[in-house]
Parts: sequence; C-alpha cells; structure tokens
Amino acid sequence: MTEAPIPQQPVIEVNDLVTHYGERRILKGVSLTIQQGEIMVIMGGSGSGKSTLLRHMMALEKATSGSIKLLGNELSELSQMDLYKLCRKIGVSFQGGALFSSLSVMENIILPLREHTELDRVTMEVMARMKLQVVDLAEFEALMPSQLSGGMIKRAAIARAIIMDPTLLFFDEPSAGLDPVVSSKLDNLILKLRDAMQMTIVVVTHELESAFKIADRIIVLDKGKILTIGTVDEVRSSSNQRIQDLLNRRFEEEELDPEEYLRRLMGEIEDSQTEDSD
Amino acid sequence: MAAPEEHGSPAQFLESVGRGVARFVDAVGFGAHLFFESFYWFIMGRRVGQRVRSSSVFAQMMVIGVQAIPIVSILSVAIGITLSMQGINSLEQFGAQHQVILMVALSVTREFGPLITGILVAGRSGSALAARISTMVISQEIDALKVMGINPVRYMVVPSLVGMMIVLPSLTLWSIGISLLGSAIYVAPQIGTTVGAYFTQVNASIDADDLAHGLTKSLIFAVLITIVAVINGISVKGGAEGVGRVTTSAVVHGILAIVLTDMVFVFMTTS
Repeated sequence: MTEAPIPQQPVIEVNDLVTHYGERRILKGVSLTIQQGEIMVIMGGSGSGKSTLLRHMMALEKATSGSIKLLGNELSELSQMDLYKLCRKIGVSFQGGALFSSLSVMENIILPLREHTELDRVTMEVMARMKLQVVDLAEFEALMPSQLSGGMIKRAAIARAIIMDPTLLFFDEPSAGLDPVVSSKLDNLILKLRDAMQMTIVVVTHELESAFKIADRIIVLDKGKILTIGTVDEVRSSSNQRIQDLLNRRFEEEELDPEEYLRRLMGEIEDSQTEDSD
Repeated sequence: MAAPEEHGSPAQFLESVGRGVARFVDAVGFGAHLFFESFYWFIMGRRVGQRVRSSSVFAQMMVIGVQAIPIVSILSVAIGITLSMQGINSLEQFGAQHQVILMVALSVTREFGPLITGILVAGRSGSALAARISTMVISQEIDALKVMGINPVRYMVVPSLVGMMIVLPSLTLWSIGISLLGSAIYVAPQIGTTVGAYFTQVNASIDADDLAHGLTKSLIFAVLITIVAVINGISVKGGAEGVGRVTTSAVVHGILAIVLTDMVFVFMTTS
C-alpha cells in the first residue's frame, strides 16, 4: 500500500499583490506560491517589478492591496515585534552584499547572533567560522568589507544570511557584477545550501545561465504582471513572444523609453521609482 | 487655453513657500516621532528582546565627546580671551573694567558655552552621523538590519542620541570652565587681581540657575543635532553626491535649529 502524499504547506503565498510608487503601478495583481525546499528564480526585464516583488516578500515594503503569507504568517497582520521574530527565520543576500562597512567580516557575521541570542562570544565565533567555511572564506574573518573583492563580499553576505540557520533565503542579483567563474561558484553554493540545509530559496536575477542552472521553477515578470511560472524546460519552450524576447535578450532594449531615461539621468525621478536599476 | 505661468511668478513663489512649510512641518513631525520612538526603545528595548547596548552608547560618547575635547578646549579658551578683551575695552570707558568678570561669567555660562559647543558638535558629529546613516541607506545596510529583525532606530539612533545627551552637557560644562580659565589668565593681570580671586568673583557672580540654564539648553541642542542629522541622513537620494549633500544639510539645519531654539529659549526664560 502506498501512502498518500502529505500536502506541503507553501513557504510563501502571494495573493493578488498590487503596489504603487506614487501614481505609478508597479505590481498589478501578482499571485504565486513557493514550496518548501524549492529554488524559485524571479526573472524579468528592467522595471518589470521583480525587485519590488522581492522587497515585498522580505517585508521591506507595504503593498497597496493583496496579501503575502510567509511561513504561514500573513505579513500585514503581524505586529512589529512578531515581524522581527519572523525575520530570524529569513536570510537575505543583497545585491551589493550590504555588509556593515564599520565592522569586520567576523563582526558582520555574528551580528544577528549577538542581537538575538544570549550565546557567549566564543560560541558565536565558532558558529561564524563554520559558516565561513561553507562559503569558503575561512581565512578572511579579520578583514574589513573594503578589503574584500566583489565575490568575497557576496559570499560573506551569504555567511551572514545563513548564520541563524534560516528556513527561507532571498538572493537579490547574486551574480551581478561578477565574472562567470565566480558567478558559477555562487550558483553551486546556492544549490549546496538548498541540498545541505533544506532551505527554500528565492533568487532575483537576470542572468539566464545562472537561472537555468539553479532554478526548480522560474517566474517571468513583465510590466508588473506574471507572464509565466514553470520549470526551466517549460519556460524555455514557451511560445510566448515576450518570454522568447527575454531569453534572447531583446527585452531590455525595448523597455528603454528615451524620455524617461533622460529624466532619470537628470535625477527627476526619485530612487524609489527607479526600483529596478538592474 | 490658459497661458502657462511665467517662471518666478507670485503664484509659483507662494507654491514653493507652501511646499517648504509643508516639508518643514513634516520633518518636525517625523523628528518628534523619531525622538519618542528612540525613548521607547531605550526604556523598553531589553524587555522586548531589542536591548540598547551600553558598549554602543560608550562608543558614541568617545567619538562625540572625548575626541572633541581638544578642539572644544582651543575654541573655549579663544572665546574666553576674546570676550575679556572686548569687555575690558568697552567697560573701561565707564571706569567699570572690574565688571568684566561678571560679564564674561554670565555670558559664557548662559550663552556662549552651550552655543559654541553645540555648533561645534553639530559640525563635527552631526555631519558624521548624517554621513554614516546616508551611506548605510545607499548601501542597503538599513534594509539589512530590518531583514535581520533589528530595529534600525534602536540600533543606530538610540546610542547616538543617548551618547549625545550625556556628552554635550558634559562638554558644555568643560567649555565653560576652560573659557573662564582663559578669561582669568588674560583678565587677572589687566585689572590687577589673581586667578584665584577671579574665580572667587565668578562664584559670586553666577548661581545654580545660570548653570542650569546653560546645561538645559545643551541638552535640547543634543536632541536637535541628533534628530536633524538622522532626518537628513535617511532622506538621502542618489549616490556619493547625495551623501555629501545631506551631510552639508545636516550641519546647516543643525546650526539653524540650535540658534533659533536658543533665541526662543532665552525669550521664554527671561521675559
């Protein structure tokens, strides 16, 4: 007799998410679910809303309407303190690493432990060294972020993101600004984290090679709407012209509106509106 | 079809004034919110698992206070001597040069000590705080704090605010003492008295109210410098150029806030 499969509780549930920056509508009714242990890659051209979607899932932005459930918690219903508790189960690797420039690599990595636990210093350092070994930075704990290369900063940021053993990990453009070799190593690291630590991972990227290598499923966003959600093969074989444009890198050129580009260049549009500078 | 408004028309002027007032009111409201939120985290932080670290407060006290002692001392000696020279020069026209001690003691304790120290700290530490926070905003360090479950106000603002509120009155007290010492060294030979006798007369000239007046002002300046720096820091737009812009704004706005508050405070306590 075969056992009935136990239905999995989604780690992330987004329902009809709508958000605005000023008058501009960025997300136009986005809905998706992400399951435990899944690597979900969010792709799209500039201004498609992928970074905004990620910021909403990380509870850094409030939506105009719709809902986001993270690990079973409806974000809009959480108090600030409950949200901080939930954040301890989440790790984030930002595009530029976002390491604290005034702290050494070691101090950066143990910061969440120092703030949220009563562990003694020696224990925290032992835990940090274990994570540094995972990201292959064991020799660099005493350095300051300004002394690290781009790839090392990203790896240190990953070590900090996983120090609390989160169940959910977000990556914003992990490959941006890295050479192909370092980028490939980071992809392997992401896969290793999922396999070894059973983490659910959400990655925003526009690096096709990286996305195809690591993704279990891919979401393609265009102008604030989901074009498709599917496996790598499903996305690759899609007959949708916009998706094929993205895969053939014809997307971003089409998006460039010369007038808006000039206005951005002159600083007339605030940063919040140019949310997707990638 | 209505003709477009000419550049610099009264309507545009009124509109820009209105926008400026709205921005000012918005900033004051946000500043008040920031102050009370900081107060909340300082009192309640430990209970809700977001404690304010005393080591962070001490670190801020070192940067804002201890490292500022040399420059405050030099400035205070100069102010004390300058006031004394001006005082003797003016008062000897009436044969009242002995009153210079009373004049210097009162003006340094009630006015120059807190004001000069406040302006110096606004330029030195207010700008540094605005630069630090704006850099953290740009490099997503503030976002990183939030997603780590660390309240940025508790982690960034409270240590600076508490450190500033402890250190600025202390520096002011130091500044008053050093100004009077500088004044004593200049005045004593000029009016044929001793440094000891100078300070005896200072003691007779000022009372606890005068000192409280000066120190209360410095406490208010401490809050203003920190809140103005934080508001400017988090409002940063753009990259390195934006950091430079908000740093300058933090100093200008900080000094403006100090001088205007000083005027209002003096008006309220003397009228």
